[in-house]
Amino acid sequence: MQTKFLNENIYVKSYASVGSFLEKKSRYGSYLDLIIEDPIANRKTWEEAESAFQKTAFTLALKKASLNNENIDCIFAGDLINQCMASSYAFKEIGIPFCGVYGACSTMALTIISAANLIASKMAENAAAVTSSHFCSAERQYRFPLEYGGQRTPSSQWTATASGCTLLTKNETDIFLSAYNIGKIVDLGVKDSANMGAAMAPAAADTIMSFLHDSNTAPSDYDAIFTGDLGEIGSNLLYGLLNKENIDIKANHHDCGLLLYNKEIMDVHSGASGCGCSAAILNGYIFKEMQRGTFKNILFCATGALLSETSSKQSETIPAIAHLINFRRK
Amino acid sequence: MNVSKKEYEKMVDKANIPGKNCLNYLKAFIVGGFVCVIGRWLSYLYLYWGLGEEEIKMAVPVTLILIAGILTMLKVYHKISKFAGAGVLVPITGFANAMVSPAMEAKTEGYVLGVGAKMFAISGPVIVYGTLSGLIYGFILLIAKAVM
Repeated sequence: MQTKFLNENIYVKSYASVGSFLEKKSRYGSYLDLIIEDPIANRKTWEEAESAFQKTAFTLALKKASLNNENIDCIFAGDLINQCMASSYAFKEIGIPFCGVYGACSTMALTIISAANLIASKMAENAAAVTSSHFCSAERQYRFPLEYGGQRTPSSQWTATASGCTLLTKNETDIFLSAYNIGKIVDLGVKDSANMGAAMAPAAADTIMSFLHDSNTAPSDYDAIFTGDLGEIGSNLLYGLLNKENIDIKANHHDCGLLLYNKEIMDVHSGASGCGCSAAILNGYIFKEMQRGTFKNILFCATGALLSETSSKQSETIPAIAHLINFRRK
Repeated sequence: MNVSKKEYEKMVDKANIPGKNCLNYLKAFIVGGFVCVIGRWLSYLYLYWGLGEEEIKMAVPVTLILIAGILTMLKVYHKISKFAGAGVLVPITGFANAMVSPAMEAKTEGYVLGVGAKMFAISGPVIVYGTLSGLIYGFILLIAKAVM
């Protein structure tokens, strides 16, 4: 079975989210714990700035949990920069066992699953899952220089400048993780790297279908189903793909890529993307609303496009992946 | 997944948000035309300053390159380009922007492997294939002349 149901629940000890000026102006900007207005965060390079975002998110989550570095058994962290540079540099001096994770924009779910597994196997008491993305470092690596005067296509998405951290623990709290589904790589032949929502929608559909089948539940059993960063085009394609299987999630589906920015007034085209997008919404909006009791049972399905600069240049299709986690509230 | 790649391709085509092509063409036409008008004004100005015809041919593009380079440096160029698209990409201003923007970006990687090497990341192919097509055209002209 692709879905794994945990024998003992893994609990969310604390969570924190950090964004920049554009994220602050967004619809759910008020849910973020901290806004670093200047995207370069007083650092010399965009990469250093991204590390600073990640470290800040982790420190905030730690503070909220009233824990110290020594209480954290392991950090699982990832980002979009080659060789997970932002994560490695963020935690190089922290002195906590570190595990770099790459799952493109699905990294938030992947790091949480990894941390939860370590705790479930009784090898750790507390573990952290951290991810980030930065518009400027991502543009620089995957697309064009910031000042290059190219036009973006309507299907393109805006990489979020944000970071999120979830601290997981074996000790009981209100929000817990009861099941997860590590997705399969799905590639339906999309080549356009400016249309990642379309590339990732089949992966999201596959994972959601697999989870609903394994758990013998229907979309209406959940208060909300969140996908990572499909954007407008990807979300519509997801509905289309699931409709073919007679599954309708439209009524309680939300896409973090459409929640993070205010598409109507911001020039972000098809929506937000990047590991920081789903990380900021999960650790900002979702967990806070779960704490308040708005949501009691949700699915969080982070999606990732596993392309690289080399694969794009070699005209390869874009393999995509989606990992799903079932969070519940007592 | 019960969807073939072919079927999915059709679904993606249907889901895509179409660009506002007609409006984009109009914007590019007006702004691109205006860049050329600036070029013409510059040539009159240089003529007035007493430059020769050959010097003017050199001075006008150099001035446009300088303006585009400075606008890129001031982080204004990409805003103009967002509006005008090919209107400022096709004239020589686009080439200047394509050289200056990667150079600015690569500054953090040092002056040799950063600025020096990456300056040509976007414009390099234009130089290579521009020179190559010039060479081919030259050969064709040479053969044509010899035959005739």
